[in-house]
Amino acid sequence: MSENILKVENATMQFGGVVAVDNLNLEINEGEIVALIGPNGAGKTTAFNVVTGVYQPTNGAVWFQGKKIVENHPQGRMKKLYKGEHGGEYTQVLAPTPDKITQMGMARTFQNIRLWKSQSVFENVLIAMHCRTHTNFLAASLRMNHKEEQEQRERVAELLETVGLYDVKDELATSLPYGKQRRLEIARALATDPKLLLLDEPAAGMNPQETNELTAFIGEIRDSFHLTVFLIEHHMDLVMDISDRIYVLDFGKLIAKGTPEEIQNNQRVIDAYLGVAEDA
Amino acid sequence: MVQQKNKKGAYMALLACVVMLCGIILLENICVMLPQDSVPNVLKPTSQLFAVLKKGAVYSLAAVSMNLLNGFTGLFSLGQAGFMLLGAYTYAILSVPVADRAAVYYLYGGSAVNFSFQDMFGSIFGTEGVGGAVSMGLGVMIAMILAGCVAAMFAYFIGLPVLRLKSDYLAIATLGFAEIIKAVFQWQALGPVTNGANMIKSFPTFSSFNITDASGKVVLRLATFFPFLISTICIAMICLLINSTYGRAFKAIREDETAAEAMGINLAKHKMLSFCTSAFFAGVSGAMFAMFVTNAQAKVYTTTMTYEILLIVVIGGIGSISGSVLATFLYVACSEWWLRFLDSETVIGGVKLPFLRAGFRMVVFSIIIMIIVLFFRKGIMGDKELPDLLKRRTRKEAAK
Repeated sequence: MSENILKVENATMQFGGVVAVDNLNLEINEGEIVALIGPNGAGKTTAFNVVTGVYQPTNGAVWFQGKKIVENHPQGRMKKLYKGEHGGEYTQVLAPTPDKITQMGMARTFQNIRLWKSQSVFENVLIAMHCRTHTNFLAASLRMNHKEEQEQRERVAELLETVGLYDVKDELATSLPYGKQRRLEIARALATDPKLLLLDEPAAGMNPQETNELTAFIGEIRDSFHLTVFLIEHHMDLVMDISDRIYVLDFGKLIAKGTPEEIQNNQRVIDAYLGVAEDA
Repeated sequence: MVQQKNKKGAYMALLACVVMLCGIILLENICVMLPQDSVPNVLKPTSQLFAVLKKGAVYSLAAVSMNLLNGFTGLFSLGQAGFMLLGAYTYAILSVPVADRAAVYYLYGGSAVNFSFQDMFGSIFGTEGVGGAVSMGLGVMIAMILAGCVAAMFAYFIGLPVLRLKSDYLAIATLGFAEIIKAVFQWQALGPVTNGANMIKSFPTFSSFNITDASGKVVLRLATFFPFLISTICIAMICLLINSTYGRAFKAIREDETAAEAMGINLAKHKMLSFCTSAFFAGVSGAMFAMFVTNAQAKVYTTTMTYEILLIVVIGGIGSISGSVLATFLYVACSEWWLRFLDSETVIGGVKLPFLRAGFRMVVFSIIIMIIVLFFRKGIMGDKELPDLLKRRTRKEAAK
């Protein structure tokens, strides 16, 4: 239908009286790397959570691969409280759980690493492949899925090879150094066979060298897995380096969008990050 | 490569199970093979040893099924006794021979369910000799499977509302369910089915599996072997499940629900699967418990029973199947046999020991539990399995 893989349409997320994301509109085209930036508390992660189904937006819709996957309108108590725009426009309620959205082909990582702690590196990736298994419960328990299991294991080994974690595959996920844990989280997301990868601050807490490695890594996986990447990041070097386009959020509102150069020279963005003089 | 190692391990485990089962047959048949007076007391069929082994086999299945839910899926449920009760009653109701029903249900003028699998198969294979044995065996098996199914079905309907709850709330809700079930089964109005507060008895028990000759003399004892066989099969199935892709998904849910959901694991579905599977095996173990105590009576399946099983799971290590099994036998042996002396008055050298009297056993038990909770929080095995320990030893030796 359309060439954009993800489209967020008039999405508003309101918690009680607080509007965390206000009338957000964004489009991501296939094969792009798009960054979502903004000062702390701008609502970036909330926007991510709306897209991945962790939160149900108060109003608005999300389209993925030309299909409407999420839609909501203010209901019940929210009808009175709703402060956003486009109030009466949406009538349907579509609220798939995060696992459904992942199965549609959208995988994410977390701002604070959420690996399965007592599982090995290999198992962490293997578990993520579970959502693509076709075997039913009984057949899997009675080991009638040899072939699939073997295939999955081989794919995990391959994937770990690609991301450079094969040599630590039997170690506990939490015993890895920080940078590798981040990498593992990305590998785990890749194991779900996504079309769109959402990275929530992948470089948080990394030193410049690790950040550079990560930048290269994200570019690599985009090409080798034919992905579209949507990321939240605070490291401007990384963002400016790899993004094709950037969206800037401030207090829940989209204040700018464009190429890295355009964003760097956008006065509103500079104001949002540095603040504006009182007497201006 | 990974698969290869698994295969070897699986064969070893299978071999170990077969050896253990053969060992059990041998152990309980020593008294048949040797002349009567040369058998040591411990090996006589009436010995505490066999009671402990039987109860251990029954409880180990209950403990492992609880561990599947609490240890592997991270759902803290206390409904175990309730599911065991369902299994016990289902088994009992479907297994009492029609001829005995009037006697069992005499207060209610006979049973509403005039049917038993044993009779059904009896009409096909005959009731005497080998045919009788086959029909009893088949009847027991099918009744046990149905016992599990009924428990799983109840679990499904309870799970629909209850599995939305987390940790303590889930525990309280399931605990409440177990109490309700207990009360319902004692309800007079259901008497023709459940025999009210009275016990249902005269269904096939473990000793029905002893093979006798025409004169009634036991030729081959299988009374201990039978619960071991069933428990081994069931526990092996749970092991397979835990190591399958679904089992891995359960562990992911235990460790991080949010991450599991984000990786495409349907929480509601997987929690329900775990809950129902656990209930199924709890039901089977309940049926075996009824066979062990030779009757089914609702008032036995108390909260205390759930706690006993929970205790076993904690002692054995939450998230370790071999730990649960080991702890079960230790616990049952201690409470039924080894620590019994604490309850009886003992005189040593003319001095009557002041502490040893009825109830002291429970004091010692409580102290042991406190020690475990304080110093060995992970239990005997932690979340390791027996083969893991062996593996580590060989690796250490290899390093030397």
